[in-house]
Amino acid sequence: MKKLIVVILLAAAPMLGLAAGGGVHLDDADIDLGDQASLQRGAKFFMNYCLSCHSAKFQRYNRMAKDLGLTDEEVINNLMFTTDKIGDTMNIAMTADKATEWFGSPPPDLSVISRARGVDWIYTYLRSFYLDEKRPFGVNNIVFPDVGMPHVLWDLQGAQKAVFKTEKDSAGNDIQVFDRFEPVTPGTLSPEAYDQVARDLTAFLSYVGEPIQMERRRLGVWVLLFIAVFFVFAYLLKKEYWKDVH
Amino acid sequence: MSMMKNFMGWIDDRYPATKVWNEHLAEYYAPKNFNFWYLMGSLAMLVLVIQILTGVWLAMSYKPDAELAFGSVEYIMRDVDWGWLIRYMHSTGASAFFIVIYLHMFRGLMYGSYRKPRELLWIIGVIIYLAMMATAFFGYLLPWGQMSYWGAQVIVNLFSAVPVIGPDLGVWVRGDYVISDATLNRFFALHFLVPFVLAALVFVHIIALHKVGSNNPDGIEIKKGPKGNRWDDKAPADGIPFHPYYSVKDIAGVAGFLFLFAAAVFFAPEMGGYFIEHPNFEPANPLKTPDHIAPVWYFTPFYAILRAVPSIAGSAFPGVVAMFASILIMFFLPWLDRSPVKSIRYKGMLYKVMLWLFVIDFVILGFLGTQPTTDLYVRMAQIGTIYYFAFFLLMPIYSKMDKTKPVPERVTE
Repeated sequence: MKKLIVVILLAAAPMLGLAAGGGVHLDDADIDLGDQASLQRGAKFFMNYCLSCHSAKFQRYNRMAKDLGLTDEEVINNLMFTTDKIGDTMNIAMTADKATEWFGSPPPDLSVISRARGVDWIYTYLRSFYLDEKRPFGVNNIVFPDVGMPHVLWDLQGAQKAVFKTEKDSAGNDIQVFDRFEPVTPGTLSPEAYDQVARDLTAFLSYVGEPIQMERRRLGVWVLLFIAVFFVFAYLLKKEYWKDVH
Repeated sequence: MSMMKNFMGWIDDRYPATKVWNEHLAEYYAPKNFNFWYLMGSLAMLVLVIQILTGVWLAMSYKPDAELAFGSVEYIMRDVDWGWLIRYMHSTGASAFFIVIYLHMFRGLMYGSYRKPRELLWIIGVIIYLAMMATAFFGYLLPWGQMSYWGAQVIVNLFSAVPVIGPDLGVWVRGDYVISDATLNRFFALHFLVPFVLAALVFVHIIALHKVGSNNPDGIEIKKGPKGNRWDDKAPADGIPFHPYYSVKDIAGVAGFLFLFAAAVFFAPEMGGYFIEHPNFEPANPLKTPDHIAPVWYFTPFYAILRAVPSIAGSAFPGVVAMFASILIMFFLPWLDRSPVKSIRYKGMLYKVMLWLFVIDFVILGFLGTQPTTDLYVRMAQIGTIYYFAFFLLMPIYSKMDKTKPVPERVTE
């Protein structure tokens, strides 16, 4: 009975989970899945920066090649580091046990992360690491507090600190609220160029989340057109039959 | 033609094919004044067929195994030819089924389609609705995402709230102490079976309908009115043959429905997290409770009622009773309505206000069921719950007090 109450309470109360992005303003990712160059750049960053720790175990390399306008050779020579079979999915060598030892919990598979979190969340997350000495890797994240992941893209973005301001909550107590980031050391990219990297990665992850999505929308237009025409004929047929009903 | 006639004669001597065709289609006389709301019955059957066909094809690639289920859904989405379309038709179909059925039930409420002599017809319909809810509940576990897992955990725990036998009942339903591979396997078996029971119930529903005849927006019994129409001098004067009149009308309705259905499938299959919830793209993790657990939208009015009722002595059982009562009370509707007229068209302002408030109440409860609880939301859900039951339990009083209008002799346009 106690277990039940706990479960119902959990269901009822919004738990302040570690992964909660609740309350934090998310920036508009503004991705364009029709921009193949952006997707290709995103694939490059993903292979170089993400795929050593995060897998995308449902995404096949040759499917990506086809959808992103690349040849199999281009992918094999430039983008494949973990396997030499073009039909393989994007797996990693790191085991879950080792990952837990190093990071506290295994880095999640990123195949459908864009569908679980949303693209705005990913875009904001990639730009929201800040210096925090209390964390093992010296960085924390505003949209994912106490995340186990280090800031892998720090050499591109540089380091920034978070500035908090004091506000009153509904009970009148002082609370610390995130206000803005301030740069500490510059990265190799300008802030605008870094935002574009985050956008390219987000676009790629959106593609990986649902590789069919562009084709789905393209096909959908024809399906709706067909049904619309069919409706006109069905309606006229009905009118014709019903002429003699008074 | 004569060859066809001979062939049908041969068949009819051995099976009542022509007789069934005539009794249920070509010589089944439906009132001529059906409106938009009368499209929902045939649309519900269409969605059932879509669900069974796409479901069987999904089952060809799906793996009911805690280790493999989540991946097999992604395999369907990526590697199975047209798998994404079949899966989206099925996931959208689940919500479409409930939308169509809620409109179908509302039609019944508006026009008094549950009143004598259609009490059994209505009761069979409520049983169909229960079977639908069971099917949807079993099916929602199968993708084995976080919301699948924790949603099932919460609902199965409702059974554990039953005094004395509860804990054993919970274990019996799950086949384990928590939702696990054993639960997934049995839910898959039941999710495959119950839709065929549902199809059989739909057959019984239609047999019951054709025995008593269709109601209509005026709530007038055309069988009791004058006889004789162009097709038959003993048939009701206000009736027209279902086929071809309503079959062609339903085809136009099907086209209109499919337009909306395809728009959802191709352009918004997640429907902003209402048809497919975002946390369900994370694999089930028994060690990580999601921030906020909410069932899919079609269950949320009842979920809001569950959460609105306070626990007594630490037991959530009263809420569970209220939730099941909110569904089971529908069985009694035919005997709660004491109005001398059936249709909303001839009922008075009192009944109209009560009905429209009920619709608003149901939508608000549905919204509250999707939200995390706050003091305000719990209070709102409590008021909503009280109104929900008041609508049914006070019906014998207000439907009798209501000032009705005279009902015409014949159906109106």
